[in-house]
Amino acid sequence: MAAETEKPPIRVGLFVTCLVDLMRPSVGFAAVKLLEDAGCEVVVPSQSCCGQPAFNSGDRATARAIALKTIDAFAGCDYVVAPSGSCAGMLAKHYPELFADEPELLRKAAAFADKCWELTSFLVDRLGVTAVAARCEGVAAYHDSCAGLREMGVKSQPRALLASVEGLRLVELQDGEACCGFGGVFSVKHGALSGPIVERKAADVAATGADTLIAGDLGCLMNIAGRLQRQGRAVKARHVAEVLAGVSDEPPIGEAAARVKP
Amino acid sequence: MTAAATPSRFRENIAAALGDERLRGLSPHVQSLIAARAEAAARLPEFEALRDSARAIKDHALAHLDLYLEAFERKATEAGGQVHYARDAAEATATIVDLCKAHGAKTVVKGKSMVSEEIGLNAALDRAGIAAVETDLGEYVVQLREERPSHIIAPAIHLTRKDYEAAFRRAHRDLPADRDLSQPERLLAEARAILRAKFLAADVGITGANFLVAETGAAIVVTNEGNGDLCQVLPKVHIVVASIEKVVPTLNDVAQILRVLARSATGQGMAVYTTAAVGPRRPGDPDGPEEWHVVLVDNGRSAMLGGPFRDMLRCIRCGACMNHCPVYETIGGLAYGWIYAGPMGAVLTPSLIGVAEGGALATASTLCGRCEAACPMRIPLPALLRQWRERAFARALTPAGERFALGLWAFFAKRPALYRLTTGLATRALALVGRARGRFSWLPFASGWTRSRDLAAPQGATFQSRWRAKSGRVK
Repeated sequence: MAAETEKPPIRVGLFVTCLVDLMRPSVGFAAVKLLEDAGCEVVVPSQSCCGQPAFNSGDRATARAIALKTIDAFAGCDYVVAPSGSCAGMLAKHYPELFADEPELLRKAAAFADKCWELTSFLVDRLGVTAVAARCEGVAAYHDSCAGLREMGVKSQPRALLASVEGLRLVELQDGEACCGFGGVFSVKHGALSGPIVERKAADVAATGADTLIAGDLGCLMNIAGRLQRQGRAVKARHVAEVLAGVSDEPPIGEAAARVKP
Repeated sequence: MTAAATPSRFRENIAAALGDERLRGLSPHVQSLIAARAEAAARLPEFEALRDSARAIKDHALAHLDLYLEAFERKATEAGGQVHYARDAAEATATIVDLCKAHGAKTVVKGKSMVSEEIGLNAALDRAGIAAVETDLGEYVVQLREERPSHIIAPAIHLTRKDYEAAFRRAHRDLPADRDLSQPERLLAEARAILRAKFLAADVGITGANFLVAETGAAIVVTNEGNGDLCQVLPKVHIVVASIEKVVPTLNDVAQILRVLARSATGQGMAVYTTAAVGPRRPGDPDGPEEWHVVLVDNGRSAMLGGPFRDMLRCIRCGACMNHCPVYETIGGLAYGWIYAGPMGAVLTPSLIGVAEGGALATASTLCGRCEAACPMRIPLPALLRQWRERAFARALTPAGERFALGLWAFFAKRPALYRLTTGLATRALALVGRARGRFSWLPFASGWTRSRDLAAPQGATFQSRWRAKSGRVK
């Protein structure tokens, strides 16, 4: 732990992301545990969404308004870390684009963007974490989410950390750089078109023989897990943060708890 | 897919494509193209540097397009060629039809040219009583089927061998009905025999151009079948039809871009034929046309030069973006409803025919970014797709239901405290309903999702409410 160091701990604002906030809080708590274990002080400013649904729907004004709120909410943080490549990409790569014609706000957005990270790359590339103390029995396929992979350069970091998880063996997908067909609003707006795309990804996962699917973005996970479950395939889907933090008391994504409390 | 598919009916086109069993065969084709490109790029250590250099060459050419076009015209004219400028499709087709008429042409052979598709050249020639014959094998079959190419370098990628056979039996009626066409080699031999006669009979040959070289006045055509060469040298007249952004300064520039072109397209180090033509046959030349014309087509390009879609003019038509697009892989090219498909088509089409008619194409993308990662010219395709979405939104072309939903969501998303309250209530309710099974097979307002996959139920209280209850640390 970082207790010996003289300097005050790094103050990390957790950008929890809408999906984790609403659908799977255990991912958020896993992220907090990983950051605290690495010696960070974690705060959670009041927040909503990164604005990506508006940005990708062409509603720039709304995306801009949300961006300003978010930037202000995290003003007191040294870093902003999200358990998602997609939301981190929005904060780190697209926020500055929203203020391209407003020099003062652009400076502010660029300074904010500089302190935004995806969780696993923050742990590995910024904090130098090389291993975690976790155990997870199984063979896992890792899905690289598109924004994490191509906007945030997340590829080796989650694999490096997962390699230190006891009992876990990682396998690679055949077409690992292909999109799973989630695409946020796309999966609902063009649901029929999204179907065959996620089917290809689910078939790729199934072909590996893995019993567990791990990814860094809850949207992709819900999408692929939803398809696997629709087909009755027994693959457990978990967010990388949960696996790295050793969270095992929560059922996998889309599965019921073993015993439902009365 | 019917010929009536247009970009503005993209939704209907997608539905039709999803019901077309034949398109399920597309995936293995694009997967092999993806693998071939990856291997070719990996074999060349300087591939990424070449992409940068290719981008710089085109950016420079576009920044000085007027100069290089004039230089090209000067050199081409010095070589005995004639250069014609066409502002739009109508001017371009009129120029070409007039040239053909002036030579009393009855038959024209064509090398594969996307800009000729764009300007509707075959239809214009047909109206003038001139038969245009496509000589690229895939393009020939597509022409027989009265379809459009579904891919810019593999026009018949959506078809099977059986489709070829059916088209040949329908078109080549004077051949024995009981002939064996069960093997691809037989189909190829038949096409070759038919097309050879057309080449020899043709009065005019028309090709596109991959590059126009300002330094020499040459038009360069890249093919794998050699049909472009025959179009150039056999008929008395050769007409090059090319859009204005094809011009680059020097042959050295061409050589550099060629190193990324075929690798990005098919994984080949070089295409089989790379042919430079400049001017008509000179005294002593063993072959070549008596007249050589170049028709330079603007058709919307100069308007793109000064705007946000200028980067799109770097496109060298390799097709890598469509090969790497999960949406293209699912619906094929015809669903895009006009000439250009995939990410480049979704960006270029509204630039050329307007956002009202073509803007819908930009909606069907997950913005996964794999197209940009594969584009040899580093065109920021996702950002450009988003630009079109912004324009469609600003002009209220986005469907009303979607705007309402987005507006409602935005109201809460801009007010975090209210957002926490409402989402907290909603997720608790949903969690209660879904907790026995952990997921839903159907939910109102989520049928787009649940038609092909289950939807995980929320765990219960939101993260933010739990965090606050636990530690009081949410401000």
